[in-house]
Amino acid sequence: MASNGQIRLFVSEGNPQCLKVLAALEETGVQCGVQCVNHEERVVPFLSRPALPALLLPSGLHIFSSNAICQYLFEVKGQESNQLCNQWLEWEATELQPALLQALHMAVVQGKSSDVFNILQASLNYLDQGLSKQSLPYLTGEAISVADVVLSAALYPFLSDSSLALGEYKSLKAWFDHVAARHSFQSAAQKVLQGKGLQGMKSYMQRQPLPQSSVCRDSQPTNNGTPAECDEGERMVSEEEMEAAALTWCKGLNSSPLVKERQHPILPQEDKKNILVTSALPYVNNVPHLGNIIGCVLSADVFSRYGRLRGWNLLYVCGTDEYGTATENKAREEGLTPQQICDKYHAVHASIYKWFQIDFDFFGRTTTEKQTEIAQDIFWRLNKHGFLVEDTVEQLRCESCQRFLADRFVEGICPFCNYAEARGDQCDKCGRLINAVELREPQCKVCRQTPNIRSSKHLFLDLPKLETQLEQWLDKSTSTGDWTANAKQITRSWLRDGLKPRCITRDLHWGTPVPHPDFKEKVFYVWFDAPIGYLSITANYTDQWQKWWKNPHQVELYNFMAKDNVPFHSVVFPCSLLGAQDNYTLVNHLVATEYLNYEDTKFSKSRGVGVFGDMAKDTGIPSDVWRFYLLYVRPEGQDSAFSWADMALKNNSELLNNLGNFINRAGMFVTRFFEGCVPAMELLQEDKKLLAMVSWELQQYIQLMDKVRIRDGLKHILNISRHGNQYIQVNEPWKKIKGGETDRQRAGTVTGVSVNIACLLSVMLSPYMPTVSQTIRDQLNAPQSCISTMFQGTGTFVCSLSAGHRIGTVSPLFQKLEVDQIEALKKRFGGQQPEDEPPKKKMTAQNAASSPPAAVPTTAAPAAEVATANGADPEKAKLLTQAVTEQGDKVRTLKGQKAEKAVITAEVAKLLDLKKQLAVAEGKSLEPAAPQKSKKK
Amino acid sequence: MALRELSSLEKYLELKKPNKYSTQGDKKVPVLQSNNGAPQVGLVTIACYLVKEAKRSELLGNSAESRAVVQQWLEYRVTRLNGCAKDDVKTILKELNLYLQDITYLAGKQFTLADILMYYGIHPLIVDLTVLEKEQHVNVTRWFDHIQHYPGIRRHLPPVAVLRNRIYTSGH
Repeated sequence: MASNGQIRLFVSEGNPQCLKVLAALEETGVQCGVQCVNHEERVVPFLSRPALPALLLPSGLHIFSSNAICQYLFEVKGQESNQLCNQWLEWEATELQPALLQALHMAVVQGKSSDVFNILQASLNYLDQGLSKQSLPYLTGEAISVADVVLSAALYPFLSDSSLALGEYKSLKAWFDHVAARHSFQSAAQKVLQGKGLQGMKSYMQRQPLPQSSVCRDSQPTNNGTPAECDEGERMVSEEEMEAAALTWCKGLNSSPLVKERQHPILPQEDKKNILVTSALPYVNNVPHLGNIIGCVLSADVFSRYGRLRGWNLLYVCGTDEYGTATENKAREEGLTPQQICDKYHAVHASIYKWFQIDFDFFGRTTTEKQTEIAQDIFWRLNKHGFLVEDTVEQLRCESCQRFLADRFVEGICPFCNYAEARGDQCDKCGRLINAVELREPQCKVCRQTPNIRSSKHLFLDLPKLETQLEQWLDKSTSTGDWTANAKQITRSWLRDGLKPRCITRDLHWGTPVPHPDFKEKVFYVWFDAPIGYLSITANYTDQWQKWWKNPHQVELYNFMAKDNVPFHSVVFPCSLLGAQDNYTLVNHLVATEYLNYEDTKFSKSRGVGVFGDMAKDTGIPSDVWRFYLLYVRPEGQDSAFSWADMALKNNSELLNNLGNFINRAGMFVTRFFEGCVPAMELLQEDKKLLAMVSWELQQYIQLMDKVRIRDGLKHILNISRHGNQYIQVNEPWKKIKGGETDRQRAGTVTGVSVNIACLLSVMLSPYMPTVSQTIRDQLNAPQSCISTMFQGTGTFVCSLSAGHRIGTVSPLFQKLEVDQIEALKKRFGGQQPEDEPPKKKMTAQNAASSPPAAVPTTAAPAAEVATANGADPEKAKLLTQAVTEQGDKVRTLKGQKAEKAVITAEVAKLLDLKKQLAVAEGKSLEPAAPQKSKKK
Repeated sequence: MALRELSSLEKYLELKKPNKYSTQGDKKVPVLQSNNGAPQVGLVTIACYLVKEAKRSELLGNSAESRAVVQQWLEYRVTRLNGCAKDDVKTILKELNLYLQDITYLAGKQFTLADILMYYGIHPLIVDLTVLEKEQHVNVTRWFDHIQHYPGIRRHLPPVAVLRNRIYTSGH
């Protein structure tokens, strides 16, 4: 929309607002191109409704307020509007216009001219008084001003029409006649109304939204609705649905067997849905943070609890992953043996999960005899079938420490820039990647001795040889099972890049020993070893573990994890099992979450940022509330963030005001009005409609939960209590109970239906908030059989607390989280202190261009810092695009060269960081901060 | 509401003597009774008056064009935001979001009275937004966060947490 340095005014016929601007234009004589367009023409690009008149300024800006346009025209002519002028204009916009619109609608659209005077009376009064107080010809003085033009033009359609008797408004009449007689008005009126008077505006007015009466405009509350309520408009409920829901309701509890107490060991059974659930084994040497908890154990727990209630024969196993370099290092740090470290942290993990009410059937560990036995068996089978290959790798070995040095335990002089303290994987100064054996004067970081280069033979799993088999299996599994989109996509990208042999042995002590005589002193690489932990942990649970793990026909396997773990579960581990050829149960449903960030940064143990599993209980916030919030923000489909303020908000709005409020009210009505006994219920159409809505939500919930859409399932629970609250609010049982017989009966029905919905809610909540769920059923004295009944089939909402049922003592379920409490917690867990970090080097466009991508100062810059730059920078984006391409090539090359995992990981991190910077430079909204690390396998 | 806004504005403008206000009508339109002459009526009118009193007329725009833009958004504030119905909230947020797409302040590059009054007026709407809704209106949220951190502006209003990391990559 080039305006060629000229002002352009867009108007439409029959539009009363255009009368103002055309009159002002005539009056001021400002040079301006006038274009008459259709009413529906959207001249101002950012407004939702077409807005005319509109002025396009030479700068390209649009003015869409007719008053501002008039003010501008007068100012261009040299008449800036004064205070009094402003006041009249504000009055016109806020008081007169709403009344005028309503009056026009009455007169033009509805043809009720008689009502016009009543609508306008107050405004006319006000204007008349304003004029008569000052005996001046115009509103603001001796000369005509923008206020006179705007107001008289606004009133022109009515005041020029003789049918409106101005009678006693003498000052008003005199003023209007004076102004309207001006040539400018005559000419503008002719253009807009075409001599048709009010009827000239008919086609325009018919397209305008119905004006709200000024009274209801003001009494409207601003957006009190809860978000979910706004999101989903009223769903239409059909008669059939209502009847079906009422029919189901009457069925009552069935006498089908209750969900049985679990009897260990749980084993697959004929004719049962046998479900095996695992969550990624948390690495033992650290305390898990909230991201780890929601990513695997908590998600798997909710699903397992749900499955058990659905009557599935389900086993949920997990345990700590204990072998590897990291444990050895931690042991050295703490002056303990690796075994002692594992014992210590295994207990820490177990107690955290216990506090979070993670209901494992068995929580084991990987450092067991069974692990060795099973891992070695798989190893020999792979060996026998020719899926292992040998290769030599050069590594640094410290003779005084008697071990091969992991990259981060070597320091030396950078071969590129001579920096003295380059690390084994990368130089901090020039940023280049280094192969540890290339360092000049390398030193062992522990003892400062010089390590030697030693070549060491290693075994590799021949993934390329297994690729065809793997793809066949993947096609089947991903098409029949519920794989999350990210799991499928990550897997596809691994296969697309082609599989390379993967080293499965390491020169370490703390691991499962490689049984091959040529590879004594070596242990299995943790990625090979750890997933076997699922099998060995099950074996420690029951001797009959093979009934679960070598039984793909009877068992469905669900793996829960965060997305960084996907390739190990979808590609690498299945290859091990396929190659071992022993009829293993392979994953059917791979459920991967995205990442959970902490406030606007990532969880960091070293910086003390974020809430870690062991601290959650010290906050005084109940475990169930933690579970609720983590599940509410479960990174399902996209990354999400933990935020204290949001947690308080969700607790106070959803749990306290919505869910808790409804359940408590329902119970309290029974207690107060009906002596604690559920009253008789006579269902009216309205009640049936509610039953249908609740049933629909329940069915949605069941469908989603079957597909492991845990976060989405929770929304439907909250929808039900919202429906319930609305139902109570509309029916007001607390008033009806004081009324006559019919009213009292109505109060009874509403109370009875509500308390039954509360019972349903307790069942649906059970997987999410087990303690609260049980508390509700205790308070309602609900029969346990309600659980199995309601979770039957596609979801069955029945009347489980029938008339006469005596409920228990009702008390509030949730507590408010106060602002100061949350602020204190936020402070304590450091969500606001990332600026304590030393300032990071900022990347400039120059160095991105002139040096190889690895030289871009690295990763750790927190996303928050980057995010402050909100402007796009095309030049920088171009350079970064190039850097991203180069870094991408580098990562691919490294992968191709079978480089160390740590090296690849570091390069990938750099790549991600570059991509993030690129996104910023391109002005895209920022993707979440670098992922929190859950464990790698 | 309007009176608290005006008193916050006075503090921001560092006006020495606080003015006395009253309201008129059902809509509680603010009225300023000044010593010299007629009372000033209306939020925008009084706010403009205060700005001029404080000799900060650059806050009303420093060219005819920008003055028109400022007046337009002040009018938008009092006509669209005051007492807006629930259905209007989405429209308002959508319009502002689109408008603020490639500019920093309502009047472009310059901070003006329009930003101040719009911030005061939109605060109750923003407070009620879910994280998802804030992200759907990322430009408004960005502008809002910027204004609430603008020195001396926030005053009587509680800060609204704005996440810098997106939780939802798209609407669903």
